[in-house]
Amino acid sequence: MKLYCLSGHPTLPCNVLKFKSTTIMLDCGLDMTSTLNFLPLPLVQSPRLSNLPGWSLKDGNAFLDKELKECSGHVFVDSVPEFCLPETELIDLSTVDVILISNYHCMMALPYITEHTGFSGTVYATEPTVQIGRLLMEELVNFIERVPKAQSASLWKNKDIQRLLPSPLKDAVEVSTWRRCYTMQEVNSALSKIQLVGYSQKIELFGAVQVTPLSSGYALGSSNWIIQSHYEKVSYVSGSSLLTTHPQPMDQASLKNSDVLILTGLTQIPTANPDGMVGEFCSNLALTVRNGGNVLVPCYPSGVIYDLLECLYQYIDSAGLSNIPFYFISPVANSSLEFSQIFAEWLCHNKQTKVYLPEPPFPHAELIQTNKLKHYPSLHGDFSSDFRQPCVVFTGHPSLRFGDVVHFMELWGKSSLNTVIFTEPDFSYLEALAPYQPLAMKCIYCPIDTRLNFIQVSKLLKEVQPLHVVCPEQYTQPPPAQSHRMDLMIDCQPPAMSYRRAEVLALPFKRRYEKIEIMPELADALVPMEIKPGISLATVSAVLHTKDNKHVLQPPPRPAQPTGGKKRKRASEDIPDCKVLKPLLSGSIPVEQFVQTLEKHGFSDIKVEDTAKGHIVLLQEAETLIQIEEDSTHIICDNDEMLRVRLRDLVLKFLQKF
Amino acid sequence: MPAGSSGTYHRRLCEGDGSVLPVGRRPVSAPLRVGPQGSRSGLPGTLRVSRGRRPCARPRRTRQVARSGVGPAAAEGRAAGISSLTMDPECSQLLPALCAVLADPRQPMADDTCLEKLLDWFKTITEAGSSLLLLQGNPCLVELLCHMLKPQDLSSRVLAFSLRLTGVLAAQEDCFQYLQQGELLPKLFGEAGPLGGAAWTSPTVRSGWIQGLRSLAQHPSALHFLADCGAVDTIFSLQEDSSLFVASAAGQLLVHILGLSMPGPAGGPPSLQAGDWPACAQKIVGHIEESLRATATPQITQALNVLTTTFGHCHDPWTQVLWVRLSPLVAGLLEKDPVPAAHSLVDLLLSVARSPGLSSSSCGLWETLAQTLSHLSPTQAGPLALGILKLQDCPQALRAQAFAVLLQPLACVLKATAQDPGPSGVLDGIVGDSMTADMLLPSKAACVGLLCRTLAHLELLLPLPQRPCPWPQAPLLGAAVTLLQLCGGSARPTSDAGRHLCALLLGCVRVQRAALDFLGTLSEGTGPRELVTQVFAVLLEYLRSPDSSPTVLKKAFQATFRWLLSSPKTPGCWDLDPHALLFLRDLLPVLQKRLCSPCWEVRDSGLEFLTQMTRHWGGQAGFRHALLASEVPKLTEQLLRDPESYVRASAVTAMGQLSSQGLCVPPAGPEHPGGQQKSLLAELLHILSTDSEGFPRRAVMQVFTQWLRDSHADVAGDTEQFVAGVLQVASQDLDWEVRAQGLELALVFLEQTLGQPRSHCPCAVTPAVAAPVGPLAQALQPLCRVRLFEFAFRALFDCDRPVAQKSCDLLLFLRAKTASSGSLQESRSSPHVASVEAALQRWQAGDQAQPLGDLEPEVVLAVLRSLDLEGLQGALAESSDHVEKSPQSLLQDMLATVGVLGGNEADCY
Repeated sequence: MKLYCLSGHPTLPCNVLKFKSTTIMLDCGLDMTSTLNFLPLPLVQSPRLSNLPGWSLKDGNAFLDKELKECSGHVFVDSVPEFCLPETELIDLSTVDVILISNYHCMMALPYITEHTGFSGTVYATEPTVQIGRLLMEELVNFIERVPKAQSASLWKNKDIQRLLPSPLKDAVEVSTWRRCYTMQEVNSALSKIQLVGYSQKIELFGAVQVTPLSSGYALGSSNWIIQSHYEKVSYVSGSSLLTTHPQPMDQASLKNSDVLILTGLTQIPTANPDGMVGEFCSNLALTVRNGGNVLVPCYPSGVIYDLLECLYQYIDSAGLSNIPFYFISPVANSSLEFSQIFAEWLCHNKQTKVYLPEPPFPHAELIQTNKLKHYPSLHGDFSSDFRQPCVVFTGHPSLRFGDVVHFMELWGKSSLNTVIFTEPDFSYLEALAPYQPLAMKCIYCPIDTRLNFIQVSKLLKEVQPLHVVCPEQYTQPPPAQSHRMDLMIDCQPPAMSYRRAEVLALPFKRRYEKIEIMPELADALVPMEIKPGISLATVSAVLHTKDNKHVLQPPPRPAQPTGGKKRKRASEDIPDCKVLKPLLSGSIPVEQFVQTLEKHGFSDIKVEDTAKGHIVLLQEAETLIQIEEDSTHIICDNDEMLRVRLRDLVLKFLQKF
Repeated sequence: MPAGSSGTYHRRLCEGDGSVLPVGRRPVSAPLRVGPQGSRSGLPGTLRVSRGRRPCARPRRTRQVARSGVGPAAAEGRAAGISSLTMDPECSQLLPALCAVLADPRQPMADDTCLEKLLDWFKTITEAGSSLLLLQGNPCLVELLCHMLKPQDLSSRVLAFSLRLTGVLAAQEDCFQYLQQGELLPKLFGEAGPLGGAAWTSPTVRSGWIQGLRSLAQHPSALHFLADCGAVDTIFSLQEDSSLFVASAAGQLLVHILGLSMPGPAGGPPSLQAGDWPACAQKIVGHIEESLRATATPQITQALNVLTTTFGHCHDPWTQVLWVRLSPLVAGLLEKDPVPAAHSLVDLLLSVARSPGLSSSSCGLWETLAQTLSHLSPTQAGPLALGILKLQDCPQALRAQAFAVLLQPLACVLKATAQDPGPSGVLDGIVGDSMTADMLLPSKAACVGLLCRTLAHLELLLPLPQRPCPWPQAPLLGAAVTLLQLCGGSARPTSDAGRHLCALLLGCVRVQRAALDFLGTLSEGTGPRELVTQVFAVLLEYLRSPDSSPTVLKKAFQATFRWLLSSPKTPGCWDLDPHALLFLRDLLPVLQKRLCSPCWEVRDSGLEFLTQMTRHWGGQAGFRHALLASEVPKLTEQLLRDPESYVRASAVTAMGQLSSQGLCVPPAGPEHPGGQQKSLLAELLHILSTDSEGFPRRAVMQVFTQWLRDSHADVAGDTEQFVAGVLQVASQDLDWEVRAQGLELALVFLEQTLGQPRSHCPCAVTPAVAAPVGPLAQALQPLCRVRLFEFAFRALFDCDRPVAQKSCDLLLFLRAKTASSGSLQESRSSPHVASVEAALQRWQAGDQAQPLGDLEPEVVLAVLRSLDLEGLQGALAESSDHVEKSPQSLLQDMLATVGVLGGNEADCY
């Protein structure tokens, strides 16, 4: 069993598991942090951005000044943002049989895999994952395509040149493999390869293994996966949460008794408690708005935003913010808000029960109804006429490199009354803000990551007790900035195996058994003999039939009637021509009793020697040697067949035959 | 994940507008209904007993209430109260019937509190007079006791009651002899009694038996009796009783018997030889010795508890002999591992050490204490160490050892985090022994428990005059700060132990709370500058942290306030020192954010903190400047409209304080010509008249009272109009506390009007010094104009007793002030006075609809003098059930519940 690790990002995993005869890709997350190296894509021409000075080498050489721009001491690539893809060279991705998707954040690289690698398998995901994943991809494509950029920088990627660049460009990994965003056509084609599955549904892969999605409690439709054969079980835990938010709670019990547990997608901010962060979010929001400032919340169009809106629903009245408009701007805002209300079966129990009342499960429906929350596909159109300040704007993209958020950053960045509150944990807020410096607006970092923290993981591991744990290397040591925090790492016995990007891991676990079925008529014919209490043996002659990784013992075929021969045959000729079977022997020979028996039968002068593997019984008079070992007995005598047979019969007396 | 949903907060007990009040503050109706037609039910002649239920004694009681009342009648009622010391004839008449009921197993006594009351009554009677006479006068009592001896199916309650009653009666030696003659005592308390029967299975009976003996054992005859009937052995076995109450009472009885049998201090020179002790005492001591040698911990615990009680209660010379005899056995316990019954052992040693009867130095107590300190685990040794440090005269070495034990866990923390234990040297030797470290590190529960206890012990020790000197202020400050850093995740320990400790304590709310409390207490001392800086830094970290729980945050606010208070003052100036001002600059943005928290507890604590700060430094330039530069005043003003009533109440108080100090920000725009101050008064009046919850309204009244007292600018402009408006609104409030606060405001106004400095006790003002300034009528005019009297008279008949009491006090005060003034003509007979009195009578009767109209000072004075205010005050001072609390009523009640008194049934329908 091998694990090919194609992504270095622990929360955006992409691994390939070779198990039995199958090749299974576990998630295909897209590392978008690469976009932080690029200049933002403004919706309208930004004089500030377009007038940034070009970057030149220390010696004054300015050949890169068209590609690289400098802003407040940082250097950015002036080009369409590019993404860091999973490794494509480590394994031939056309051999991947299936791709299992855990949640909508972990499928963003799907079009790159399905459309450009010769992949011909199936993708499995739950319905909300696909629908919301589609929204995220659609938003991403829309954000990038609606502001076409003529220029495409590639010179800087030259390895010799990259070495000369300042950090972080200098340290960026695999820049040559960075790709521009896919198109909507590719998205549609990729999504068409997805087969929808439901929680606990068992999916047979070529008869070899069975895969099952389980609720992981992190997002709508998010799943962990069980990959099991008859005798082996691998659990894949990715992006799970034990907090009571909107999705169905995590199914922990089904993860028990795993041979291997692959653990990814833990919280990215283990030191921040989501509840505290929500409180912080609300306080800062209220403080800003009360002072007449605007609040900008860069966010994804689905996920935490539902919880934030729910909190605000409860909070705004108490904070006296009922008159403050909340705007949600995204090309997919409407679909996201409406989708969330229809996936009732994927929601937590509380929200599910609301559906029967009938009430919308999420309170944002009421916010929309009362006009407190308004949503728009983009800045243009209705929004510009409805827009009034102070207000709160939720919009993407959290990287601040594309989407409507870029416009608001440019618009509000100059006033210290305004605040930008970062809630998505995927991007470093300082790096996200770098191209907007100098910035007067207040910046608050309230990352809300509901995924498992290390305390929860250690409880989980204690409960489900896997034999081996495999995880990204980042989880096996405390974060570099907090090296004393031993609690911020996975602590389990035996220690977790770790992997890093472009590494192939041989999992420490050997398959020992295979299940073979016996046809009923064949089973009927068996005559089992009990050799130990509870253990019976029987000999069987059969044909092993293997198809679709299933093995069946069938009765041996009768020999075909010879054609054109005599019509009658003698009975003896009917017996198939097979060798007379020698009986099988079992048991062990107790040496002392064996010697006594020999003495009884007239052998004298018997000497017993102990060897490493058993005993040698020496019949000195007869010049004969009986070598008794665990699984064999040899009688060595000089051409005295009678003696050998006599001795053999004495040996056989101690053994069982069947 | 909605904010606040992760934690369920306990609401304050007294939520709502007085309908659910904390115990002790519940308004009690005053028995004020006077006149022959008045009754407590408010419906003359109607008795409220629900249909279908058996009649109870209420009718009689109600009639009794109707008879008693305010004035002389009430005095009579009180004289006939439960305090009557002899049995009156009415009771004697009822007693036989009651005894018959008690003796009748078919008449179960449903309510055993009656039996307790009955017993109390008998105790009162026997304490005042002769039990023998009582028995002879009421033969039914002996009959009842004799009846208990018959084999029958008696209720265990009645049996226990009889045993206890026998004990109470036999406490007097002559009565004891009288009962002995009839062989009643051995039959009741000996093998022949319940002891050998099925009734003994009931813990109530066993408890009654013990309590009976406890009451009985008062004289030498009783001792003989106990010895003869073998009671002591039974008591020994009852020490192991399954019922904790019985077991505990058995232990106490043993102590009592031991004390009784030993020679008292007045009984001549006591024999200090244990061998000369009476047999009974020897038996008990022998039993204790045997128990101390036992291997089973419960037995040892019992023995230790008996000794603890003995040394705690009796300080006669023989206790010293007892200790000398038993101390080797007690010391022997320390040789066992683990030390058995450690908590009881600690209690005993402290009890011995505190006993004035023992000369600690001569009996080796200090050595035993020192030995115990070193043998017990850190958790068990903590309370002992604290106890030793609280002792007045104790060898210095032992104190040092005890203090070291107490400090050990913190020394371990400092060591684990590799910090210098400080220059004072007190923690130097205590680098955290391995045992403490072993206790700290293995489990979170043990670690947290030990640290919390240690902090609590040190906090208790700090304010004591006998606290260790020198006090290691700096290391303790360091330890508290380190603990807070470990809990908050900001500590960066380098050692393995430190990292482990960090993982154990991270986010631990219990330790955070304890450490913050301790840190707050430490503010009474000083510390090196850099440590104080660390203290402020860690406090700020907690105030800032989004993960601080509301309770932790509240404690952080309290500790911050205490540290700000203790920050060094600039000579000659009360303002905050420059460091504190710098801190304040960091603090105010945090406070601002906290005032916007989605969690109401946080907003509330933030406001309370603001109020405290403003009260202390509101007049100081540095503070004013920092506060006015922040958004805090504006946010506070917005919180007046918070959806949570407690927050509104705190906001009202905070705004009142800010406004008093002139710290309310005037609105920026010219569209508010009146300014903020004016509108605040209006806003508070609006809250007072419209807020649905009581807390904000109470807060408004307090602010208004304070404003009036301080002659706040808004109030001083037109005080009369202000007072009139407030009183009008307050008089109609449903919350009694608001009305009571209204009276407080009225009193302040009255004092200001009559020109007297405020006295703490209005009633204490003697008429001689009460000379109003200027003509009395003129002085009373403003009071009449603001309708103060109507408000006060109405309050006099308020259904809530505290309001009526307050009003009574106020009117008495006024009457005292005006008493000496003869300038006003009495107009008692004028028709106006009569109409006022008529109105008051109607109010008293419950009809408060009619207003009094404009009153003239003369009329007021006349009415004031005609009212029996003293009588009313006396009646109000009584508890609400005083009129019902007579033995006769009790007996009637008991008889009524079993239906013997059937004559009242007709009353009930």
